[in-house]
Amino acid sequence: MKLTIQVNEGPYQHQSSDTAYHFARAALEKGHEIFRIFFYHDGVNNGTRLTTPPQDDRNIVTRWSELAQAHNIDMVLCVAAAQRRGLVDEGEAQRNGKDATNIAAGFRISGLGQLIEGGVQSDRLIVFGD
Amino acid sequence: MSEETKKMMYINRKAPYGTIYAWESLEVVLIGAAFEQDVSLAFMDDGVFQLTKGQDTKGIGMKNFSPTYSALGDYEVNKIYVEKESLEERGLTLDDLQHLVWEDEDEDYAEKDSIRLVSRAELADVLAGQDVLFNF
Amino acid sequence: MAMLHLVNKSPYDACSLNTAATIMKKGDQLLLIEDGVYGAIKNGKAAGVLKGLNISVLGPDLAARGISKDKLLDGVSIIDYAGFVDLVEANDNVQSWL
Repeated sequence: MKLTIQVNEGPYQHQSSDTAYHFARAALEKGHEIFRIFFYHDGVNNGTRLTTPPQDDRNIVTRWSELAQAHNIDMVLCVAAAQRRGLVDEGEAQRNGKDATNIAAGFRISGLGQLIEGGVQSDRLIVFGD
Repeated sequence: MSEETKKMMYINRKAPYGTIYAWESLEVVLIGAAFEQDVSLAFMDDGVFQLTKGQDTKGIGMKNFSPTYSALGDYEVNKIYVEKESLEERGLTLDDLQHLVWEDEDEDYAEKDSIRLVSRAELADVLAGQDVLFNF
Repeated sequence: MAMLHLVNKSPYDACSLNTAATIMKKGDQLLLIEDGVYGAIKNGKAAGVLKGLNISVLGPDLAARGISKDKLLDGVSIIDYAGFVDLVEANDNVQSWL
């Protein structure tokens, strides 16, 4: 089946991004297709490359980046949510006059339409949040 | 975009202002309206507090987004289910909520109510008929 | 149209388990994840609402919280993430009671 996964919470604060990650891996191992992972609300914080967790803890951001690279998954941070919370890529930095970027590998910033499209195009939408 | 039309429901179960979920959920509804799907909204549990009339946010310095609900009719979002049990448990009645309407083009733009007051059992039937459920 | 209902909060903190349990239709399935697993404790006050429902709990979340199988309601299935995926596939739709 074709899946879209929505993640509504940031890493570490809440378990939802961990659960979403384990679910995504299990789905891929079973041969299912992940059409898109859409990060909304504080979930956009999953996409900052500036996190530095302690060495004995999981690196949630890197883990997403590696999953996306290994399986060619489209990972989208909602632009409206990202702007509010300071998640910036090159395009956003130019558009909004910011002096830095912080988006991690494998993520892109795009509109809410990407979530709706995920719902329309996929067999199932699964939401992880608080 | 796919030509397929799906039945999409946005489920609102959180109160406004204390957290951002209600507002960012409404932003999805407004964007989603452009996709020409069969859209409905459900308000249940603390989500019914989103629709109260007379919201005034000046004192907390946040944007009052409650007027946006009355614009939903213009976006052809006119199936708004409010769960009766959730309202009653919270000491509210329909009179405490905004009067949301839409204009029916097919009937000479007659103004019609958008809100449908439903029991939990009725809402269960509506949920079961959906293709996509958005939760925030 | 069978639906998979996900609950991720403790019933001692939030109303989502009660909402899910009272809106579920015959043939639907309930999966308790994260703090939602506390709802499946047999002698807990919240367990009453779950009578007669088809319930699974996510084993890794149960283990992480130190809740042993013998504490759970009779008839509850313990599944892993692969089982979670199978439940999503087996049902027509998924509702997350966040």
